[in-house]
Amino acid sequence: MNELLVSVSPHIRDGATTRGIMRDVIIALAPAAAASVIIFGARAALVVAFCAVACPLLEAAYEKALGRKATAGDLSACVTGVLLAFNLPVGIPLWKAFVGCAAAIILVKQLFGGLGKNFANPAITARIVMLLAFPAAMAAWACGGGLFGETYDAVTGATPLTMIAQGNTGALPPLSAMLLGVRGGCLGETSAVALALGGVYLLARRVITWHAPAAFILTVFVFSALLGRDPVYQVLSGGLLLGAIFMATDYVTTPQTAAGRLVFGLGAGLITVIIRAYGSYPEGVSFSILLMNILTPYIGRLTAKKAFGGADA
Amino acid sequence: MGRLSELTKGIIRENPVLVLVLGTCPTLAVSTQTGSAVGMGIAATAVLLGSNVAISLLRGVIPDKVRIPCFIVLIAGFVTVVQMVVEAYSYTLFQALGIYLPLIVVNCIILGRAEMFASKNGVAASALDAIGMGLGFTLTLFVMATIRETLGNGTWMGLEIPGLSGNGVAVLTMAPGGFIVFGCMIALVNKITKARGGEVRAEVDGCAGCPSAEACGKN
Repeated sequence: MNELLVSVSPHIRDGATTRGIMRDVIIALAPAAAASVIIFGARAALVVAFCAVACPLLEAAYEKALGRKATAGDLSACVTGVLLAFNLPVGIPLWKAFVGCAAAIILVKQLFGGLGKNFANPAITARIVMLLAFPAAMAAWACGGGLFGETYDAVTGATPLTMIAQGNTGALPPLSAMLLGVRGGCLGETSAVALALGGVYLLARRVITWHAPAAFILTVFVFSALLGRDPVYQVLSGGLLLGAIFMATDYVTTPQTAAGRLVFGLGAGLITVIIRAYGSYPEGVSFSILLMNILTPYIGRLTAKKAFGGADA
Repeated sequence: MGRLSELTKGIIRENPVLVLVLGTCPTLAVSTQTGSAVGMGIAATAVLLGSNVAISLLRGVIPDKVRIPCFIVLIAGFVTVVQMVVEAYSYTLFQALGIYLPLIVVNCIILGRAEMFASKNGVAASALDAIGMGLGFTLTLFVMATIRETLGNGTWMGLEIPGLSGNGVAVLTMAPGGFIVFGCMIALVNKITKARGGEVRAEVDGCAGCPSAEACGKN
């Protein structure tokens, strides 16, 4: 009577689900979201909420139209929306943010087959699409407007990296402001403390490993120092911490092995510093992550683990 | 194949740009402005008509082994004529098209139709084929340029569109945007042809699934 069932591997499972992991990422993003509201004012919350709702809606609409299985409930589109919002200036018109959401969800994610099949990070690629589509709106950095701001509704000004690129180093904000994030920039990228808090949470929950972020940040630190630029300042400015902690650790578009993740971080760090130092754009984090996303299959192949006892592949 | 279908096949079913995927370079390069896109379409159609008729007439004379150089020489002759006519009568279009006007010589649509159709068919059929393919090319360029110019630049035929000008999605006028619009239009044409003829490419088996199979004659 007792039938023995033989099933194929894997035999050891844990309870991790896409939804659970994405919930952890959203929790980890919360401090930076709170910081953005404090620094840039209530409109930051509006932009984040708009993108976080628009992305799952777009995903659901696309899957409905094509008769595919609905996956918006796995929260991954919601994470994409929040990350995209973090990469936008606070004053971005909402219809432009919507175009960005559509680029992220439909162009980058769904056209390639949905979660797990996209070759590039949807949020970072959508940011680049928007950078090319709306160059003026994407560079209208608001400074202040929140609790630390002046009494004006909004003041636009250059980001620290733009000031460095223009040689205007006299007006740079002090390091303490860089740590807290009271500076010009995209709404979610400025507060180093809040981003690091989220990173520690993800590490503690074992959602991410330290390899890619550490290699990314360390490479930028060392390479900036070699080029004679203030390494601490370079690490704290731009979107480096946001990109290193939340985007260079994406499961789909970065390598799976520890060695591969180190190579990914190293490459992204090198490209970032090269763009910052020699490129025409002041910031290169998004381009570096996209370029390394494209290289990820090759890194994965070169750093693949050999099965124990297995013959040469 | 009837006479009429020689003419109409180029518009959707065997559209040179969207189904045969020929002439992509001028399509992407020129379709940022509707005016110059239509100009390019008409210029290429004129060259295509001339070359198809000439090659069809000479198809018994041209030796098979050197047919490609012969085709190119004929095409280059017609392109030179068209280039001089455009320079003489529409200098602004001549400037707008720039290098892409002489580059019609290497436009794959023209050589492709010479190789695939005109060298195997009679003069009348070749002329109809040229007009149909030219029409398909021009229409594609027109639609693509309309999308890219209105949404990307907020203008159409150089005229400002109230509400849209100043709000352009600049990426559409650049190369990546060109590829995005191009891909969307290919998808749309695939949808149309699929709806009409059932499962067109469900089982592509060698040449059988190719829209040019009939003219190509390899199968």
